[in-house]
Amino acid sequence: MKSNKVKRFFTLQRKYLCIPYIVFFILFIFAPILIIVFYAITNEVYDAATNTTHIVLSGQPFINFFTDPSKINVLFVSLFIATITTLICLLIGFPLAFFLADKQVNKNAVLVTLFVAPMWINFVLRTGATRDLLTWFGINGGTHPYLATIIGMVQNYLPFVILPLYTTMTKLDKSQIEAARDLGANPTQVFFKNIIPQAVPGIVSACLMTFMPTMSSYVISDVLSEGKITLFGNYIELEFTNKAWNDGSFMALIMLLFIAVAMFISQKFGKDDEKEAGTSW
Amino acid sequence: MVKKIFGQCYIWLILILMYLPVLVLIAFSFTEATNVGEWTGFSFNLFPRLFQSAEIMTALANTVIIAISSSLVATILGSLGAVGAYYSKKRMRNAIDLATQIPVVNAEIVVAFSLTVMFVFIGNIINTYMFSFWTLLIGHVCLSIPFVYTSVKPKLQQMDPSLYEAALDLGASPSQALGKVVVPEIMPGVLSGFLLSITLSLDDFIVTAFTRGSGLLSGDKKIETLSTLVQAKIKKGPIPPEMRALTTVLFVIVILAVIGVTIYRNQQAKKIRVRRAF
Repeated sequence: MKSNKVKRFFTLQRKYLCIPYIVFFILFIFAPILIIVFYAITNEVYDAATNTTHIVLSGQPFINFFTDPSKINVLFVSLFIATITTLICLLIGFPLAFFLADKQVNKNAVLVTLFVAPMWINFVLRTGATRDLLTWFGINGGTHPYLATIIGMVQNYLPFVILPLYTTMTKLDKSQIEAARDLGANPTQVFFKNIIPQAVPGIVSACLMTFMPTMSSYVISDVLSEGKITLFGNYIELEFTNKAWNDGSFMALIMLLFIAVAMFISQKFGKDDEKEAGTSW
Repeated sequence: MVKKIFGQCYIWLILILMYLPVLVLIAFSFTEATNVGEWTGFSFNLFPRLFQSAEIMTALANTVIIAISSSLVATILGSLGAVGAYYSKKRMRNAIDLATQIPVVNAEIVVAFSLTVMFVFIGNIINTYMFSFWTLLIGHVCLSIPFVYTSVKPKLQQMDPSLYEAALDLGASPSQALGKVVVPEIMPGVLSGFLLSITLSLDDFIVTAFTRGSGLLSGDKKIETLSTLVQAKIKKGPIPPEMRALTTVLFVIVILAVIGVTIYRNQQAKKIRVRRAF
């Protein structure tokens, strides 16, 4: 009886361990998001009579975004580069993950580690290395900004595609593939009607792990296009340098909307794959 | 057979392409030319020049200090959070799980920008300049804390709950049971969370560039980490020669780490095999 009471008392205690975590989240994850929402729907107005500035509720950041062709351009260029990068990463990464997971081709788990290992060399340094190499080959940001940027993005985000795809590929139901073969499907049919549908969760999380970071990236596009290509990340950075908090917040809010959509998609298709990929390295 | 050869060729081709920029940089770390692509004779001079460069060494030291301190904070808070959430009611636990997903999927630039705007906002209210080492530390903890949580959580779920009860029945006090039963069980998760935090912090550019103030080894100037220093350099021109030598050093460390991990994994696998054999 007594031990039960003690147990109940301590059960109450143990859950309090997460209080610092919750407080940290409220202060530094949720509060900043609320503040950018606040900044995105307000504007500072200068009052000449009293020589002060007031914060007023305003649709100005919204209007500034949708009436400025350069900002709309940033949106479309970001979407374009992110789509192309994701597609190329998938085209390279899908067969790669397939071969890595195939015991006949690759018996060596170290190879998978080698594909992730470049991530441990400083990311800015790697981007610089790619740029210097491309410049040596004659592809520099001045002449081919799009080509250089996309090469840099693929180079950087390929490991993020390989990991989730590899995890799904190792879990493919081999007997289902054999059954399809036995029932007379040719290799192309097996691939499109069996392997791809089985790999959907991996494909979805691979897409999200490439698309969102590419759209919002700053360093890669800045360095490889020599400032010629402005993505969402570059524009938010520009607003930060100009201390344009309201307009910057509105752009960050749009980015957040994209992320919310991505989160919804991953909840629907992605299952727990992303988390597993996260803990496997 | 054809598939095997084709598959292996493909794997190695992509691997070489992925490593090409770094490998070229390493090759040119043994010559003193200013640009990659020029070879002015073999020399080791870049390595002493690297270690004599006060700028790079300061940035490296700053990077390491920030990585370790932010990872410690993130690991402690994240692990406590995971343990607390595990023993909370289901609804609370689900809410914490969902909240943890937000910074995982959130874009780094949004994390950085929103934190900065908040610090500016608070700074305006209390009329002080907020940016310092502490804001930078908070920024880095924000990046890594959800990953600590997600690596500790599965360990808690795999844990046998009766172990804790058994410890209590055998006379351990609740805090002893927590320290001697729960903590060792989740330790692998805590460690991998810590390592993940370190890699995230070492690699970060955007959050650092936004949230840093003056301090640490940079003194009165803005804190310079490896990422921000390299970025400032490559914005103006090619990668400085000393940094090519730095790439070589980093690459050797990474390769040693990969070899170490592989040996460790093989040993663990052997241990499991031996255990099964008995």
